Amino acid sequence: MAIGKKKSDNPPQTISEPEIWSFITTRSTNSCFLCITLFAVFIRLAVALHPYSGANTPPMFGDYEAQRHWMEITINLPPEDWYRNTTANDLKYWGLDYPPLTAYQSYFHGILLRFFDPASVALSDSRGYESYIGKLLMRWTVLMSDLMIFFPAVLYFVTVYYSWNPDGKKSSKAWHTLMILLNPCLILIDHGHFQYNCISLGLTTAAVAAILSNRDLVGSMLFCLALNHKQMSAYYAPAFFAYLLGKCLRRQRPVVEVLKLGLVVFGTFALVWCPYLNSVDAFLEVLSRLAPFERGIYEDYVANFWCTTSVAVKWKRLFTTQSLKLLSLVATVSTCLPSMIQLVWSPTKHGFLHGLLNCSFSFYLFSFQVHEKSILLPLLPASFLAVEEPFVFQWFIHSALLSMFPLLRRDNLVVPYAALYGLFVLLYYAPGVRKDAGVSSSIPFILKLFASACSLVIHIVYITVTPPEKYPFLFEAVIMSLCFSQFVLILIYINLKQWAPSKISSEADTKKKRL
Amino acid sequence: MTKPPTNSGGVWWPALAASAVKLLLIPAYHSTDFEVHRHWLALTHSLPLSRWYSDTTSQWTLDYPPFFAYFEKFLSIFAARVDPTITDLHRGLDYASSSVILFQRFSVVLSDLVLVYSAYRLTRSKNFMALERFLISALVIWAPGLFIVDHMHFQYNGFLLGILLLSISYLEEGRDLIGGFIFAVLLCFKHLFAVAAPVYFVYLFRHYCKGGLLKGFGRLVLMGSAVVAVFAAAYGPFWYYGQIQEVLQRMFPFGRGLCHAYWAPNFWVFYIMLDKTLGFLFTRLGFSIKAPTASFTGGLVGDSSPFSVLPTITPLMTFITVLLAISPCLIKAWRNPQPRMISRWVSYAYTCGFLFGWHVHEKASLHFVIPLALTSLKSVEDARHYFFLSIVSCYSLFPLLFEAQEYPIKVVLLLLHVVVMLYGFSARFPGTSAMRDAAVKGGDNKSETHAFRIGWLGKSYLIGLVLVEVWGQFLHHIIFGDALPFLPLMIISIYCALGMLYSWIWQLTQIVLSN
Repeated sequence: MAIGKKKSDNPPQTISEPEIWSFITTRSTNSCFLCITLFAVFIRLAVALHPYSGANTPPMFGDYEAQRHWMEITINLPPEDWYRNTTANDLKYWGLDYPPLTAYQSYFHGILLRFFDPASVALSDSRGYESYIGKLLMRWTVLMSDLMIFFPAVLYFVTVYYSWNPDGKKSSKAWHTLMILLNPCLILIDHGHFQYNCISLGLTTAAVAAILSNRDLVGSMLFCLALNHKQMSAYYAPAFFAYLLGKCLRRQRPVVEVLKLGLVVFGTFALVWCPYLNSVDAFLEVLSRLAPFERGIYEDYVANFWCTTSVAVKWKRLFTTQSLKLLSLVATVSTCLPSMIQLVWSPTKHGFLHGLLNCSFSFYLFSFQVHEKSILLPLLPASFLAVEEPFVFQWFIHSALLSMFPLLRRDNLVVPYAALYGLFVLLYYAPGVRKDAGVSSSIPFILKLFASACSLVIHIVYITVTPPEKYPFLFEAVIMSLCFSQFVLILIYINLKQWAPSKISSEADTKKKRL
Repeated sequence: MTKPPTNSGGVWWPALAASAVKLLLIPAYHSTDFEVHRHWLALTHSLPLSRWYSDTTSQWTLDYPPFFAYFEKFLSIFAARVDPTITDLHRGLDYASSSVILFQRFSVVLSDLVLVYSAYRLTRSKNFMALERFLISALVIWAPGLFIVDHMHFQYNGFLLGILLLSISYLEEGRDLIGGFIFAVLLCFKHLFAVAAPVYFVYLFRHYCKGGLLKGFGRLVLMGSAVVAVFAAAYGPFWYYGQIQEVLQRMFPFGRGLCHAYWAPNFWVFYIMLDKTLGFLFTRLGFSIKAPTASFTGGLVGDSSPFSVLPTITPLMTFITVLLAISPCLIKAWRNPQPRMISRWVSYAYTCGFLFGWHVHEKASLHFVIPLALTSLKSVEDARHYFFLSIVSCYSLFPLLFEAQEYPIKVVLLLLHVVVMLYGFSARFPGTSAMRDAAVKGGDNKSETHAFRIGWLGKSYLIGLVLVEVWGQFLHHIIFGDALPFLPLMIISIYCALGMLYSWIWQLTQIVLSN
């Protein structure tokens, strides 16, 4: 809001900073996007020079080996055997536990790898395969997926967002694109740690853009694809469901509209699950792989509700897994509910974006078996809101980075972590683009300053000090509680924001009237 | 709300962003120059000064002037604290642990501060628009050539060029004494910069030592003693230990050939090609031509000439050619020494040294590309010339990074540079609107009226560049297989030499026609 005001009453008066970027921002969306894309690709390539997770650490290695193993499995075995424990496919060794679209993606990437470096995907023999060219090829498959899915999706989103959003200034468009594309967490996980989040997040972005431009059917199809790439995309499902339902209810024939959407969803799912639909057993086999309940309600030190409160309440001892499942379900649904009700009640685009953030955040904080990396899911809608809520977005990035710090340190990614952290701050405060004006003395600002100071101290302590022997995970626990408290604050704030949209829209209306 | 615009705003931001990117590039490929500098750290740390230039522990003997040795000595103080193995003369040989990589890469990033400061000094004048200031500092600090040579291949060119630019900035301000002093310091860091010494001498003699016989002579003495003091500080200790002979032998090694292992794209490429062609033709016509026994890259051994038809080239001949090529500029500087021309003259001198010098390294093109960035926004012709020159220079550095991992990085880096230049120069020289402005002002500056365009000749040259690259990377292997492995590099040399020749002629005409 403060930003919007600042922008409107600040015409470029002097030859000063604001025109620095004019040579890029005043160009067409596509040329502007080209420049940002090149920069984003360059940064990704540079991050990709660094080690991946589990490099040189037999016997299990890490996510890199998991992805490589899936390529090996999918190109050497028939689809029926991909999710089944066989002699050639030991599910205990990085068994495929993502939905079929991931398997297909592994299949195509596997073909590429087999073409250039057959040894890297040889059945069974290639376990723990690590080589210069192998690493490069794997890195390039991620970059390719990013370029082919995430980047176009972001272009689509930005185009749609700025054709709809009345507040959207052309100059902030470039900045907004940059914020989405150069999300340090996403780059570090995909191109450093090694995963393919760009695919599911890209599909989600495209789905959001499609729905914002009222192509609901296309949007739901894209979202189903995202769901079928990573089941974690379900974090967004309540928001999609509630918003689309709310929209349908406002149409002339709500039942037909809902049926149409349902048909698209079922159709997409049927298409993706085609090889596993010949028998119930095959279907259930795959399904059981996707829900690893045996891994417990939390792992490591993830900054969510269950893990943080486990310092005081020993959830795992007090309850059985079965009741914990139920408990986490109830907690997740009840925290999503306000946001969903708002979306059904008044399905606005503004509310939809907030709802996406709220629901995914609730899932991160309260659902069963959450991983540190899942913070990427709420981060995506937060970056959609970067122009509307710059302060929250920036705060969120800071705390999310901190929450991933222990993980990235294990991967030897401290240097790119620091570099991308710095780069993010620089890009956020790019001269002449935007500033956190208006909040420089308020309580949230002081709070954020305090959090940043804590974060800086804990970063340094975590790197330099060895924890006491009695509490080897002391610092992880501190990081976790620090992040959790900030996450809760952000969640509450965004929920309140979602429920108070009328203020902004009415303000916009009065502005229009005044004009 | 908004901060008052500061002069440094355009410099600190690109500098910090560049540093973040440089950190990301830490694990990139580094050449043997990395070990060279590592060895010099060990050499200066563990041996007394009297043995620095006579030690032969490693083949990478110290061959830079004393100030650079002092610089390494200074760095080694910290290096020894970081990891004592780095500065161990024997155990440190070919040491490449993460500590030494981090240390050396950081030392390059930090020493680049000199470059940043000089860019700040050069652009802080009120005459620059914010956009110009930003673009120039971006062109200097984000020069892709520096990224390739310093932050991947590994050298300290940013630091050295920073000193050169600092000297130029003082000369432009009219502070000749300190400008000359800094140039003398630079010569004691790297003697290759001496190519511009005649220009400095003539300029300072005519510009600084003026104002009557007495005053002029006084100033000449003053300047002379400053320079002598610098050289005494550098070479004095070695003279004291009776090492001068060794120092000079190391700094000027005889027995190097006309060309470096990979031919720098300069005039001699054409000479060699002409010789080859003539030799081929004469053999066809029935003349018996003795195939040359020596190579162009090897030294002068006995009487054998690397040329089959054309007369052999000696170091003295290249020296005279360089002086002849510089002479128009010297005459200009003699007749009318003006501070605003100094960066052009210095760049021109380095261009001549590059085109006609003995045993020129392709990296030497940075010596004139970086200073020319300062004048690249003076007129639309300057911009167009710089656009081509920097592309050619950066492309000619491509063979330095020959491994697959860095391939996409260097390509994207160059593309990003091209796009930023294209957008930046077109924003600075928009053409029609500027024409209107000029008409209002009275149209005193003719060059303002043209828009920045590449032109058909330029476009075809750039397309040719792409074809050369495609040939070298793909087509050559398809058509010739492993035969003629030197051909792609030779084509790059010849093609880039054309561009360099264009730049030389353009600069020459600019200097001759200037008033």
